[in-house]
Amino acid sequence: MKFGVVVFPGSNCDDDIIHVLGSVLNRPVTKLWHKSASLQGLGPADCIIIPGGFSYGDYLRAGAIAQFSPIMKSVQRFAAEGGIVFGICNGFQILCEAGLLPGVLLRNKNQRFISKNIYLKTQNYATPLTKLIQPDQVLRMPIAHADGRYYADSATLKRLKDQNQILFQYCDASGQVTDQTNINGSCEHIAGICNREQNVFGMMPHPERASEARLGSTDGMYLFQSLLASTLASADRAISC
Amino acid sequence: MSDTLALPSVDTAIKLGLNQEEFEKIKNILGRDPNFTELSIFSVMWSEHCSYKNSIKWLKTLPRDGKKLLVGAGEENAGLVDLGDGLACAFKIESHNHPSALEPYQGAATGVGGIHRDIFTMGARPIAALNSLRFGALSRKHTRKLVDGVVRGIGDYGNCLGVPTVGGECYFDESYNQNILVNAMSAGIVKIGQTASAIALGVGNPVLIVGSATGKDGIHGATFASADLTEDSADDLPAVQVGDPFQEKLLLEATLEAIKTGKLIGVQDMGAAGITCSTSEMSAKGKVGMEIHLDLVPTRQAHMEAFEILLSESQERMLMVIEKGSESLFFDIFDKWDLECAQIGTVTDTGRLEFFQNGKIVADVPAWDLVLGGGAPVYDRPTKVPEYLKKLDQFAAQHISHPNHLKPIFLGLIRSPNIASKKWIFEQYDSTVRTNSVNTLHKSDSAVIRIKSSDKALCLTTDCNSAYVYLDPYTGTQIAVAEAARNIVCSGGTPVAITNCLNFGNPYNPEVYWQFTQAIQGMGDACRFFDTPVTGGNVSFYNQTILDDQTIPIYPTPTIGMMGILDHPDQLITLDFKNASDIILMLGDAPHAFSYSEYLRIFHKIRYAPVPRFELEAEKKLHDIIHLLNQNQLLQSAHDISEGGSLTSIMESAIAADLGFQIASPEGSRSDLFFFNEDQGRAIISVKTEDLDSVLKHIEELDVSYIKLGQVTNGQITVNNENFGNINEWKIPYNQYLKEIMHQEN
Repeated sequence: MKFGVVVFPGSNCDDDIIHVLGSVLNRPVTKLWHKSASLQGLGPADCIIIPGGFSYGDYLRAGAIAQFSPIMKSVQRFAAEGGIVFGICNGFQILCEAGLLPGVLLRNKNQRFISKNIYLKTQNYATPLTKLIQPDQVLRMPIAHADGRYYADSATLKRLKDQNQILFQYCDASGQVTDQTNINGSCEHIAGICNREQNVFGMMPHPERASEARLGSTDGMYLFQSLLASTLASADRAISC
Repeated sequence: MSDTLALPSVDTAIKLGLNQEEFEKIKNILGRDPNFTELSIFSVMWSEHCSYKNSIKWLKTLPRDGKKLLVGAGEENAGLVDLGDGLACAFKIESHNHPSALEPYQGAATGVGGIHRDIFTMGARPIAALNSLRFGALSRKHTRKLVDGVVRGIGDYGNCLGVPTVGGECYFDESYNQNILVNAMSAGIVKIGQTASAIALGVGNPVLIVGSATGKDGIHGATFASADLTEDSADDLPAVQVGDPFQEKLLLEATLEAIKTGKLIGVQDMGAAGITCSTSEMSAKGKVGMEIHLDLVPTRQAHMEAFEILLSESQERMLMVIEKGSESLFFDIFDKWDLECAQIGTVTDTGRLEFFQNGKIVADVPAWDLVLGGGAPVYDRPTKVPEYLKKLDQFAAQHISHPNHLKPIFLGLIRSPNIASKKWIFEQYDSTVRTNSVNTLHKSDSAVIRIKSSDKALCLTTDCNSAYVYLDPYTGTQIAVAEAARNIVCSGGTPVAITNCLNFGNPYNPEVYWQFTQAIQGMGDACRFFDTPVTGGNVSFYNQTILDDQTIPIYPTPTIGMMGILDHPDQLITLDFKNASDIILMLGDAPHAFSYSEYLRIFHKIRYAPVPRFELEAEKKLHDIIHLLNQNQLLQSAHDISEGGSLTSIMESAIAADLGFQIASPEGSRSDLFFFNEDQGRAIISVKTEDLDSVLKHIEELDVSYIKLGQVTNGQITVNNENFGNINEWKIPYNQYLKEIMHQEN
């Protein structure tokens, strides 16, 4: 199983995720340049990451311009064929703008950029991104965004809840989800979601910044290890049939 | 020589910031009268900002050599220090004070952009940003507007560029009411042998301009930065540049790719004085000339005058000299990143800069005569011991009343602008991007940034207590160097080198110039003592405001940006207490006489007092013992004592850990003196009970003074038997003060 990391002009977390996947986890990982439609041989058993940053300077609206890059048509097709697509921060914003995930990310409630460590409660433990997270385990990792307030209309929110598409909520150290823990004012305290088919994922916090003991937290590893376990499983399936 | 305008007079020269003597000198150099374009070129190149004409004589007295320095101070766009393992660190600090005073958001943003360009021009990828900020009284609505704009400007630029802002300092004093200081620092990493130089070589080689198109913004910015701020300064708004961090990100990636081709001869970013500065400095360095066609420069609007193109300080641009025949390589790289790339001229052997527009020559000047170290003027200004220092004679320590209870006093100290947490500021900066910030969960006294391909980490800090410098510029500047070194030692690192940002008033004011010369001598002596040479930096004069005919110079502020090396991850020291029952020790001598402190300023309204006690030898002893204890893995935490005194340091270590403490000052000592005086050369450490004997053995071995103050608790705080309540009561005032005041309406 291989990883592809899409690089838009203005992506600035591409090197970070490549470091974690390539150097920390020793997995094959390749950059996918936004101007090319080629996925460089990635197939349905592989994973595409849309990294954080400020694609196209976040001009117009965060993630709004990146959806028109040639690579995104290929990403759409890849997702439709069941490949795993994971957007982090700006990547989450792009996936929402591209219609691969429902809802939008608005300016934080306090109208400012927020950079700090936060706590996450997992709502669905059964997805390829979350399967190794233990029940009631609280994850700690950084957020760094100005436009992270998740918004969707009430029908969409209901659907997200009914179909178990809410992955993470902002909580406190003990896992309590309260108004005080809703750091950016998101609907339903949402920090991350997936699509109905559970192969497209988006989250505002940065698991790649919490994946080495030397940096203070390895909680992000649960997500990447989950992905690896899932892609391994699907690769095995592919081989066995 | 043709020019559509009549030849300018000395009056025009004076309006452009030159003096009569300099105008005569220009005529001598050219052997004729300059035209307006040429005069503009000289005016910006001979401005203080580009020529250092009033400071270079003194700057040359600073220690600028060291076995780890790979380039000399001022030789390149930034200093370059050998880190071992085939790696080097490029780092530098620079001011953007005057633009930020007028337009805080863009002023601060472009300050950040400019300093990062200085780093990646060297071929180094910026991995950390720091800053040093000074504002006026926070009670003023105008100050809060400036704070908000500067913080947003620094944040928006750095966050978008993807370079973490990992450290800094911020002080408030009314001397900065109108003239704020915004000093930005950047550090980058480069493989030795893959650096780029700011030089032009090879007759016939193409000269490229890359990055953004050139517009009318920032014209005469360098001259503007070299004059006093007045009420009319708002009319100079076009002299403030506008930043675009997205363009900078593209330029960063494209420039690093361009350097990797191996076909790049030289590159310099375009900051102050734009094309003029980069063409003249690169030519002078390579002892060559250039023929430049201004009509080939991509512009944002039609019909720009020659001097406008030459002096534009439009951001996110670079000048490159490349090997002839390799043009297409470079055009492809910049096309990939959707950036402008145009050949605007060639290198010549004339030593002259010949600028053409529409086939006609519009300026013809010798490169060497324009630049620092070449023909730019060098001045030494008269000095005079300032009158205000006489006020120190009135300081009477015996009249300082002794408070009955420490708790209310200390609460006031914790809730004061210079001591309260700057969380409201730094939580608006992305500090974790690039996944190198080791202090994400546990802070150290300096910012510790790991280097991915090595066990080593950089320790970075900016420091300057300008009140100390005001009261005694020589000792105050020594303290700034020492505090920076102490911060690095308390993080587990070894101090290596500094960059400086010298913010002073008008150099033609003899009292200001005295402050400057004293500060430089103090810095030089301290840097020699700690073996931390000066790798470069920036001088910012004219930081004073004329209002109602009264000149108010800022506190002299020689900001020190220091770089140190942490050899191994095991050596990291953090400042938070670790376990209840650990023993708290103060290293260094107990205060025995009142000196200037936040305590005296806030509670006793004393602004004129002697600078805190400071001795280089005692400081070195402190560094040695911390190093020794750390080598033996005996430290649970270390935190230096600075503003606010020892109790502030202890409280900061406790708040960071959610733990309390029970401590007592030594028998017979005056408690406010002991806990609030700001004597230098001290630190608070905590150690495990079972390690105490070994710790004391080492301390006695090195003959260091210490005081055992008490121990860490689970949350309860007791000071000299006075109940200070629980740590939770202190977190809110300390952490929320700045947020509350920034959000108030009036």
